[in-house]
Amino acid sequence: MTAILQGKDVQLPGVERSAGVWISAWRRLRNDRVGMVSLSVVVLFLMLVLLAATHLVAADWQREVGVPNAPPAFVGAKAIEKSTDPLAALVPKDAKPVDLSDIDPLAPKYKEWAERAAKIQIAEPPRATTLPFGGDRLGRDVLSKAVKGAEVSIFVGVFAAVLATLIGTLLGALAGYVGGKVGDFLEWLYNVFTSVPDILLIFAFAAVLGRGIDTVILILGLVGWTGMYRQVRAEYIKHRTREYVRAAEAIGASHTSRMFVHILPNVSHVVLVRMSLLVVGFIKAEVILSFLGLGVPVDAVSWGTMLSEAQSELVLGHWWQLAAATIFMAVFVTAFSLLADAVRDALDPKLR
Amino acid sequence: MVPTLAGVILLVFFLFKFFGGDPAEILGGLLATPEQIQAIRQQLGLNDPWYVQLWIFVKGIFSFNWGNSWATAEPVSNIFRTRLPATLTVMIPILLLDVVLGVIAAMAVAYVRGSLTDRVVMIIITVALSISFLVYIIVGQWLFGFQLGWFPVQGWTDSTWTNLTTYAVLPVMLAVFVGLAPQTRLYRGFFLDEINQDYVRTARAKGLSENKILFKHVLRNALIPVLTNVSVQLPGIFIGSFLIETFFSIPGLGREVLLAVNRSDYPVIQAVTVYLAVLTMVINLLADIMYKLVDPRVVLK
Repeated sequence: MTAILQGKDVQLPGVERSAGVWISAWRRLRNDRVGMVSLSVVVLFLMLVLLAATHLVAADWQREVGVPNAPPAFVGAKAIEKSTDPLAALVPKDAKPVDLSDIDPLAPKYKEWAERAAKIQIAEPPRATTLPFGGDRLGRDVLSKAVKGAEVSIFVGVFAAVLATLIGTLLGALAGYVGGKVGDFLEWLYNVFTSVPDILLIFAFAAVLGRGIDTVILILGLVGWTGMYRQVRAEYIKHRTREYVRAAEAIGASHTSRMFVHILPNVSHVVLVRMSLLVVGFIKAEVILSFLGLGVPVDAVSWGTMLSEAQSELVLGHWWQLAAATIFMAVFVTAFSLLADAVRDALDPKLR
Repeated sequence: MVPTLAGVILLVFFLFKFFGGDPAEILGGLLATPEQIQAIRQQLGLNDPWYVQLWIFVKGIFSFNWGNSWATAEPVSNIFRTRLPATLTVMIPILLLDVVLGVIAAMAVAYVRGSLTDRVVMIIITVALSISFLVYIIVGQWLFGFQLGWFPVQGWTDSTWTNLTTYAVLPVMLAVFVGLAPQTRLYRGFFLDEINQDYVRTARAKGLSENKILFKHVLRNALIPVLTNVSVQLPGIFIGSFLIETFFSIPGLGREVLLAVNRSDYPVIQAVTVYLAVLTMVINLLADIMYKLVDPRVVLK
């Protein structure tokens, strides 16, 4: 008896243990050049997010370090001289200032006010005329804004995806494994959620739940679980009657144990692939929600709020905020989608 | 269908009832006295038990009487009637062009599958997809409307024809451009599934021309999943253009819903949600019937 139990991890001589699904997937992924490049880009971004979250970089993104709409350093400060005062053209050059002091009722007070104003010290910190990648309307560094925005946008995308995955996997496992009345009820819930277009459901949740980063995560998670549910449920129905689950039943594993200890690891690759797709979708959704003013609060910055500021800046010729947000987002989302594809191929070579 | 509809009604009702703010306080504003709040509560029936309120809610749905918008006092049914045409003016051309161009592009790419063209197109699509829809609209509106002046930046009239030929052109163009990438990628998969089927080999073996195989055999079979996809998208056209409507100031339903969210205008949001759910279910039913027509092998349950 003890010999059998101990023999669990012992290699039988002559029988080579085949590599597990994760190890062989990692091997396949390592041979995928596109996958590895995108993996390193994603890891870089995640490190950036971590640094921003711990206030090591971009902590003072709200400081107005440059002149308003400071152009990027590589464009040079010249661009700023081009913008002239539009009123100057309306005033004739030889016009003399009109003396209003006779009729101005406030005239006697000006001197007193000037004295009082002189007593107050205003320290105007020196403002840079150019910033590495330009400044926004208030002279804040666009680059640190984009880094801080990356933190918020990626944080929201990842955690909303985790929430949606938790809900979808739990409900999907229940529906697929238990079936019967419970399954019918969950199918009904699924139908209810999918019969309303996603964006409208998001609007309805946003209308009642208000604004804030945690609210956005909650909304996206509550709306986005349906696809995961569907897939996990199908997997559980497939696995429920497999021999290894029967064997687990025979040795007395409980329902919970069979659901989450035995079946879940065998469908986890499906969950992982689906979740990475969710992250991409949710980052895009967060950007749109923040743009519409339904996302992150005004004292935070995300790629979406940057884009909404950029809309009016672009008309004035200040393109750098738009470019920064777009480039950051495009690089991360492209890398993440390519990584998701590579992970899918690595985990399920048959799908290819 | 009936249980699902009941579910949607319950979901909307309880969502707004238990998580939403107190309607009386939203309606009364910041300066309302407690008596005024009380009066509003009485008027809306908020002092009744929840099942009575649910009954009022259900009655409103089936009698198409949602009362007035809280923000503008405009009847909700009137909002639907006046905003829907603008939305459809923009969205129907978008949907049609997206499907037609998407099918053509996907067929072309699928035909040269595995080639350099195919791979380059797929890479472009992946990159194009990673840029937010917002950026395309912002840049497109700025470039074509503001810089080049080819199209009006914003605007709308009462004449559908003027709208279609003048004001809707740029929004439709941008939306089609953005929608084309995911559409092509999806449809390419459908075409690839069909191109690898045995019947294609058989058709080729009996000496049919490539054109005939592609257009008569492959296209007709691949159109079935395309049809599914279109029917999934169809409910979205009633609201899906909210971003475009916001950017181009088009007085459509999407913009109205967005305004309603910003103004906590519950009746409008509730009405749109419930009716769109009904519409989705009807469209799904019609799509199922269409399958039966297109593919006799399909058996309806």
